[in-house]
Amino acid sequence: MGNFIGKSVKRREDARFLKGAGKYTDDIKLPKMTQAAFVRSPYAHARILKVDTSAALKASGVVAVYTSNDQCGDYGVPCGWQVNFKNGETMREPKHPLLAKDKIRHLGEAVAIVIAESLELARDAAELVEVDYEELAAVTNPREAMKSGAPQVHDEWKDNAAFDWCIGNDRAEVEAALSAAHHVTEMEFRNQRLAPNAIEPRSYIADYDVNGDKWTLYTSTQNPHLIRLLLCAFALGIPEHKVRVVSHDVGGGFGSKIYHYTEEALLTWVSREIGRPVKWTSDRSEAFLTDAHGRDHMVTSKMGFDKEGKIVAHLTDEYCGMGAYLSTFAPAIPTYLHGTLFQGVYTTPLIHLNVTAPFTHTVPVDAYRGAGRPEATYLLERILSKAASEMNMDQAEIRFKNFIPPFDGITQPGYQTQVALQYDSGNYEATLKRGLEMLGYEDFRKEQQEARKNGKLLGVGISTYIEGCGIAPSAVVGALGARAGLYEVGHVRVQPTGKVSVFTGAHSHGQGHETVFAQFVADKLGIAMDDVEIVHGDTDQVAFGMGTYGSRSLAVGGSAIIKSIDKVLEKGAKIAAHKLEAAEEDLEYADGKWTVKGTDKSVSFGDVSLTAYVPHDYPEGLEPGLDFSSFYDPSNFTYPFGAHIAVVEVCKDTGKVDLKRFVACDDVGNVMNPMIVDGQIHGGVVQGIGQALLEEVVYDEAGQMINGSYMDYAMPRADDLPMIETDRTTTPCPHNPLGVKGAGEAGAIGSTPAVVNAVVDAVAHLGVTDIQMPLTPQRVWKAMQN
Amino acid sequence: MNITLTINGKVYAHDIAPRLSLSQYLREVLDLTGTHIGCDTSGCGACTITLNGDAVKSCTILAVQADGCEITTIEGMANGIEMHPIQEAFKEHHGLQCGFCTPGMVMTAADILKNNAHPTEKEIREGLKGNFCRCTGYHNIVKSIQHAAEKING
Repeated sequence: MGNFIGKSVKRREDARFLKGAGKYTDDIKLPKMTQAAFVRSPYAHARILKVDTSAALKASGVVAVYTSNDQCGDYGVPCGWQVNFKNGETMREPKHPLLAKDKIRHLGEAVAIVIAESLELARDAAELVEVDYEELAAVTNPREAMKSGAPQVHDEWKDNAAFDWCIGNDRAEVEAALSAAHHVTEMEFRNQRLAPNAIEPRSYIADYDVNGDKWTLYTSTQNPHLIRLLLCAFALGIPEHKVRVVSHDVGGGFGSKIYHYTEEALLTWVSREIGRPVKWTSDRSEAFLTDAHGRDHMVTSKMGFDKEGKIVAHLTDEYCGMGAYLSTFAPAIPTYLHGTLFQGVYTTPLIHLNVTAPFTHTVPVDAYRGAGRPEATYLLERILSKAASEMNMDQAEIRFKNFIPPFDGITQPGYQTQVALQYDSGNYEATLKRGLEMLGYEDFRKEQQEARKNGKLLGVGISTYIEGCGIAPSAVVGALGARAGLYEVGHVRVQPTGKVSVFTGAHSHGQGHETVFAQFVADKLGIAMDDVEIVHGDTDQVAFGMGTYGSRSLAVGGSAIIKSIDKVLEKGAKIAAHKLEAAEEDLEYADGKWTVKGTDKSVSFGDVSLTAYVPHDYPEGLEPGLDFSSFYDPSNFTYPFGAHIAVVEVCKDTGKVDLKRFVACDDVGNVMNPMIVDGQIHGGVVQGIGQALLEEVVYDEAGQMINGSYMDYAMPRADDLPMIETDRTTTPCPHNPLGVKGAGEAGAIGSTPAVVNAVVDAVAHLGVTDIQMPLTPQRVWKAMQN
Repeated sequence: MNITLTINGKVYAHDIAPRLSLSQYLREVLDLTGTHIGCDTSGCGACTITLNGDAVKSCTILAVQADGCEITTIEGMANGIEMHPIQEAFKEHHGLQCGFCTPGMVMTAADILKNNAHPTEKEIREGLKGNFCRCTGYHNIVKSIQHAAEKING
């Protein structure tokens, strides 16, 4: 196809990161910059009786102290998605204040902000702010939150529900099919709460320039334009054209840096009050307490089968915790990014999901790598393997029996699910066949039997997932409650010398856009990669954008750039035709030049670019310049899929799980850079393994987080893991120009149930049918004893 | 308190507060912002530097404790525009994504290879267990260090 597409081109961004020359927000120092520290609540639920800032105000180096009694107390951050109750009642949307007023609703909620000449002085003075609290009973478990008499998070409503919702077929019809089913498998579990834990803590610098009456907000976000929009239009009511949002290098996001956080808005307000720049960088403890968490679903589910093992119906009820306030995308996660994936890769004819989403006295929950789709996949893949075990079938066999047959979405139509979506293209059995081959499944089963005779507990777990990404068609998400469009902007500016600057609204925080985007731009234009620069993360440079999440950068952002490239080539052809004195239709474009077909007469991209800016001898009526911007709004989501297989050994004495092998065969559509796709899969897989074996945010009954540090919250370390074995099948996306589907979340979606299925498989002969995540040695050991 | 120390071959003398951590001293006083801070409990390893030849988490010691020491930070690894073989190997084998943990990983890798010219995969993984990476799943970091060992030690 070209010189770069499909090649493992080494990353252009690496040199600066490897030399310590990356420019993360906390690395920036501005003249006269002040530092902020927060006074945060030590209680999850409390009345604020009194806040005394007088001692802090007198402390050395203090510039200002603000509480909700100041003007900032009037402001709050908005939610970007509205999901109304099933009965039509509007979603309950409490004010999410920048600083708590009267009442605390989660541990770590900010009560005051202290601004000082240095971080140390700001923290010293924050210690001097005296707050009198009256502690109240808290509720942290989403199911408990819906019981009558549960502590109320927001007093203005009669119970804790933010909304409820359902999707799929008529519930009575699904229940009837379950009653008539040959076999019904039931599960009840909690898809536990996780802390995303990007290694770079959130960091913001707000800089108000009084002379220009203009703000600059440096922020560690995945989403600079949306932050500007929410900040200006909803949080503070300041003019959007006077705010520049900059996010240079960002040290990981995984969802947690999509949202507009209270600290961003508060610092922006503070900077104008004090007339100086102000910086705040979260420490890790604050990150645990205030970064949006992920998951937190309590699930009850039944799946019915006929005697052949084909699924006949699936019914699920969930309580999905929202936390104390509605974060930016929160209502979309357990609904439109979750219920719509309940078809999985199977032909299930009847599906019903009912969701109740309560407020709890915890930090808000929002999208975390996969966002709703890992939760759907975990349920489907666990209940299917449990059913296989109950019906004495093999885990692979039950999947092959239920797969949707292959379809390419071009000669065969897309697959219409029972839960609203239409899949674009898929060949699900191919990934599982390849995965089983990579593993040597038959041989493993023999090895497992032998091992068991020797008292060794080996297990294998399969998961075949699908996800919806390339988010998203604006009209569709608008109809589903989104308060924004989810298109992307791609701007291609050809400079007079033929060098190309590309401005994208997508945002790289590890994905390698500077390399991958340049690969396809260079190929499409037939020029060198060195002649292409990718610019992102600055609202003054990039016209607009919707940022990076939901594996959307290439599928949506890349497509927008392709649209602009098409416009460049179309206009370039007019100029070339004029220069070659030929008709446009007689020209062909390849290798960076327009050639008159069947001749050696040609003109280069560089010559045409120069002519566009020096239009002395130029087509009549044509505007000078070669500079196009496009919005691309996708016609559908994209649907990557794959098969993940884990092999574990469980220590029979301690319950410790040793992950021996992990095999992933994914299909992410066309691949621009295999090295980078593999890297995305490795990282996602390991985050999913983290959920299966190690990670859980634990709040006690009073709402105290009892594992809010790296000494207490277990995440995968290098010595917990084997090498990840990857391969791919390729089923192109039929509805975007690059045929790409997205790879950022796939690993985290497929891997979790594969690992849990493997552990349960290893101990199934001891009567174990399920173990609650994370599968700590204690839990596995206890399960074996019972 | 007055301290004098050598960092990346250059001698620095400063009068600093006793409570200033070495990581903050590097970042705030010397503008050596390649040393990153990802936690406050020595759990993440993003702040790893070498101090008198050994890998140390610079958030966990005070700058005054480093008085008289020789320190290398990530900024001292490359020779001008020419990257250190470990840095080259990370680039060649995609051993980094967002780049935030990377300086700590490179400094830890240097320590692993200083003490063990030909580490096994298991030894590399054990050597890395004080450093979190949330992007790569460690797969390509391990590969990078294996290749760096070959390049440096043959």
